[in-house]
Order: sequence, then C-alpha cells, then structure tokens
Amino acid sequence: MSWHAAPAEAWRALGANRLRTALTMLGMIIGVGAVVLMLAVGEGARGTVTQAINAMGSELLLVSPGASSSGGFRFGSGTASTLTLKDAEAVAQLATVSAVAPVFHSGAQLVYGPRNWNTTVYGVTPDYLLVRSWSLESGQPFTLTDVRRGTRVALLGQQVARSLFGDQDPLNQTIRIKSLPFRVVGVLERKGQSLDGRDQDDIVMVPINTAQTKLFGNPFPGTVRFITVQARSAELMEDAEADIEQLLRGRHRLAKGVENDFTIRDLTAVAETAAQSARAMTVMLGAIASVSLLVGGIGIMNIMLVSVTERTREIGIRMAIGARHRDILLQFLLEALLLCVLGGLVGILLGMGGSQLVSELAEMTVIITGDSIVLSFLFAASTGVFFGFYPARKAALLKPVEALRHE
Amino acid sequence: MTLLAPSGLRVAAPPTGARDESEPLIQVTGLCKEYPLAGGGATPVLRDVRLAIASGEFVALMGPSGSGKSTLLNILGGLDTPNAGDYRLAGQAVAALSPNQLANLRNRQIGFVFQGFNLLQRSTIAENVALPLLYAGVGKAERQRRARELLEQVGLGHRADARPNQLSGGQQQRVAIARALANRPPLILADEPTGNLDTQTSEEIMALFSRLNVEQGITLLLVTHEPDVARYARRLVRFKDGRIVHDGEVNV
Repeated sequence: MSWHAAPAEAWRALGANRLRTALTMLGMIIGVGAVVLMLAVGEGARGTVTQAINAMGSELLLVSPGASSSGGFRFGSGTASTLTLKDAEAVAQLATVSAVAPVFHSGAQLVYGPRNWNTTVYGVTPDYLLVRSWSLESGQPFTLTDVRRGTRVALLGQQVARSLFGDQDPLNQTIRIKSLPFRVVGVLERKGQSLDGRDQDDIVMVPINTAQTKLFGNPFPGTVRFITVQARSAELMEDAEADIEQLLRGRHRLAKGVENDFTIRDLTAVAETAAQSARAMTVMLGAIASVSLLVGGIGIMNIMLVSVTERTREIGIRMAIGARHRDILLQFLLEALLLCVLGGLVGILLGMGGSQLVSELAEMTVIITGDSIVLSFLFAASTGVFFGFYPARKAALLKPVEALRHE
Repeated sequence: MTLLAPSGLRVAAPPTGARDESEPLIQVTGLCKEYPLAGGGATPVLRDVRLAIASGEFVALMGPSGSGKSTLLNILGGLDTPNAGDYRLAGQAVAALSPNQLANLRNRQIGFVFQGFNLLQRSTIAENVALPLLYAGVGKAERQRRARELLEQVGLGHRADARPNQLSGGQQQRVAIARALANRPPLILADEPTGNLDTQTSEEIMALFSRLNVEQGITLLLVTHEPDVARYARRLVRFKDGRIVHDGEVNV
C-alpha cells in the first residue's frame, strides 16, 4: 500500500467507531494533558526559585556571629556579638572580596499619621544595596556621610510604603520609628519572596550607625548582626571564604584548635540546593504524569487488540486480495499512532488550558515551555508506536485462510 | 455491457515470462492436506490430488461437504499451504514463494470470489473494487478510473458510491467479481459464488462468469453444490473423501 493511502484508511477505521475512538483517545488526552500541566507547574516552581535567587544577589557569603554561651547555657548561632564594624572594614580590604555590607537589624513599630506598622529595621551601609543588587524605585539612597553622622533618614520597602502611605508618595515625608522621626529619602524596588518564603519588601533601611546608636541602643557598641560579603567572582567564592576565616580568626585572636566564633555561609550553595530541589520536583511531577500516559497507552493497546479480533475477517479479505504483512502491520500501527497523535494534540491544548486555570485559581506561577510541548507530543507518538505494535503484529501474522474463516 | 473495449481490459498473456505453451496454468501433483485433531492424530482432507487445468478452461468442482474441494481452492489461491505435494501456477512452484511473493500472487495472478461476498462494509463499492489496486501500488486517479470501469463492466457503474449493505446479494457478488478482476488476473477462483443467491440471480452471475471466460479468456475454477451452476462449466471435477472421483465432461 502506498504511504499516502494508508493514513486515509486509518482515519476511516477510527471514524467507523467514533465513541470507542473518543473514549480511547480520552486516556491519551488526560495523560498528555497531565504531563503538560505538571511540567508547567514544575517549571513555574523552578522559575520562582530562580527569580528568588537572582533577587538575592550573586556570589554572596553571609558571615554571622557564633553561638553565645552564658553560665554553661549555649544559645543558637548568631546570638553572640562577636562581629563588629571594624571586622567588616577589615574584610573589605581582602583582594578576593568586592563589596562588604554589615547589617544590624531589629524589629520596630513604625508610625505615620494615624497608621502604624511593625516591621524589621535594617541598619546598613550604602553597599548593602549593591551586594543585594537592589535599586530604588524613587528617591536617593543614603550616603556614607549619612552613616558616619548617624542621620535619621530611611528607605522604605514596597510593603511598608503601601502599609503606611497607601497611594500617597512617601518621599520626604517624616515617619516615626520607635517614636524617633525619620525622613523618607527613597522607596526600594519590589524584591518579592526570599527562598525561605519571607516577604523581602517588608523592610525599612536606615544608616547602620543610626540603628546602632540612636534606635536600638547596642549593649556591645560597634557589633553587627551579620556581614554580607560579595566575592569578586563565582570562582573566587571558596578563596574568599578561606580568606575571611583566616582574617577573622586572627582579628578575634583565636588560638589553634579553638572553634570559630562566627560562621560563614555560601548563599550561592543554598540557592543551588533550592534550585536542585525545584528541578527534582519538576522531574517527579513529570514522572507521576507519565504514569497516566502509560495507562492511556495500555488502553490503546487493549482497544487495538479488540479491534484486531473484531476485524479478523477484514484482515483475511485484505490478505486474500493481496495485502502483504507490512500492509496490515502499517494499517493497524497507523491507527494506533493516529489515536495517540490526535489525543496528544488535544491533550496539549487541555494541559495549556489547565495550566492557565491553575495559575489563576491557585495563584501559582506556571511556565509552559516549547520543550515540554514537544516532549509530551513525542511521548504520545512513541506510546502509540509502542503499544500499537503488538496488536498490529498480531494482525499481520494471521493466517489468511484462518482469518477468512473467522466469523 | 462492453467486455472487449475499452483498451487494456483484455487479459494479457500469462505473466511469468517465456514458458512452454503446452504447460497448464495450474499443475497439481501428489497434493496432501490434513488438519490436526485436538486429541492428537490428523484428519486427511486431501489425499494425493493430481489436477491440471489449462489456461482458458472453465472448471466446476463438486462434491459433498467436507470432501476437500474448498481446501483445494484455498491452496490453489495461496491462502493455505499443503502438507505435501507440488503446486505450480503458471510454471511457478508456489511453495517456494516468500510471504510477500505469495501476497503478490494473490494480488495479481488470482481473483477470489466468495460465497459470502466478503466486501468491506465500511467502504463504498468503488473503494472495495479499488482495494487490490491499492495493494498493487496503483495511483489514486488510476484506481478511481479503473474501479469505475470495472463497475461499468458488471453493470453497477451508477452505484459506485453505495455501501455494500445498500445492495442486493446479486449486486454485491457483482462487486466482488469486479474486485477480483481489478488487477486483470489470468485466474479466478470462486467458492460457491451463488450459494447465497436465488436462482435467477445465480443465473445472472453465472452468465457473467461465462462471458469473462469466453470473451476475456480468464481461467475459471468454481466450487459449487448446485448442478445447475456446474452446467455453465465445460469441465467437471468431482471430489469425494479428499480424492478426485470424476474428471471430465459436465454430466450433471
């Protein structure tokens, strides 16, 4: 049989029993739809993580103080006050480091007019914006002079600006933080969620000296809560980590064998882990959806086997008038393939629609990639060939005389 | 109904190259066939059958049910294989053919006509007639042209787009005959072609067969129970218990 005549024959055969064709195809539609949907959800989760990683800033090391102990009680890490502004300045001199941002933060109540809001106040230096790759939506950042003088100026995160000012422009307005007046000099750009799910826009930034001396009254003057360090390049991350450790051990006069009184965390590694788990989720979701595709494929094999039995006489007639093995094989294989390809196409549309629905109802990010469409389609087609082959072969190997005798 | 015109409708000379003109179209010697029984052993259906049919003959095969005549027809048509013996069609040893060559043989050398018509119910009668052409690799336009021509030839040109179940039994058998003629085979095998038809329709079908034999020189081998049908043939072969008991004149 010529190649272009065979698809028409297959189409006719499928059209002969429309209900059965539709029901068989449904298995394929659901399978492919599920694969497209699950890949879209997985890709969406990955996209969210990637976005969070990009928002965090790159090549970052987080240096935090070690655990404190008092009278035999050991507190959690970061509770000691072993890191100082001087440490930060010393770290900034390292060749492997490009920027250093010490942070002193604490919670505080904010008031503007009749409204108030509780948030985290970050005492930072101008470099903090640099290492976090965070820019301003409006206004100007404060300067090193502001830090030195302990000026009462503030940068508002999006969430804080909205909570205190609504639609009003916060620039140059005066808010009160712990009843001290601060002038709003800028509004930060939206940053979104962090990897651990915190709202990073719920923040106020003030000069670090202002926070330490005027706002929170530091029991250990000059200490900071943590230092964010940016390495000069991704390759220098480990070198920078080693340099910082060596430097700080020297500055803190830690003898050999004594534990570090600080910890250095590679935020890139944290991000990497998050990205990996997101990838794993995509794979897992795809694998689960593939099971339904497999079930759909088995449904097709089942129906094709029934079809071969039902049409044994037809096969006999075709053989009697000159159909070769491969003509019969091709005919049934094409029917299975056509079922899968049509079901696959409908399934792709369904999966795309479903993804849209999920993104709207569950407010999740879903990303449909061309790859996932092509992948699902190829998967559907190969399912057709795979599960269609056995029934088709069974049909082709029938003996003409026996097939003709079949009622 | 025109049988000689238009061009190309006449059967070509026997297809397998140069062969001895005196050699018969069908040459069967020592043919045996048995069917295995469920509890072991076997039922012999054909016992040492010897038969030669020359090109252009019209032969009726008669015999009681189970005498082996249909089995012989299936073997001659390449649908079944014998357990022993030699079968040559146009000088070619059929047992030596590969499955694909056998399919080709059924496609081009032999036309089948069955008692139950065996048309594809989903296809139009024109498509049914064109099916052997499809397997022969003939292009679509040529298939359609030829199918129409064949249907004209059997007097059904006006019903080309009908489905088999919209036709009477006699009409369906005409479609089956048109299909058997599609690739201009030198041989037509018919297994009780009038078994499902009334007397008048049977006569029409037999008249059609006779014309094909006389006017186109097609060799006809026909299995039947009915003496009236056998009378159209010019040679009668009687079967009993898997053996030929009479071979000669039609004396029914």
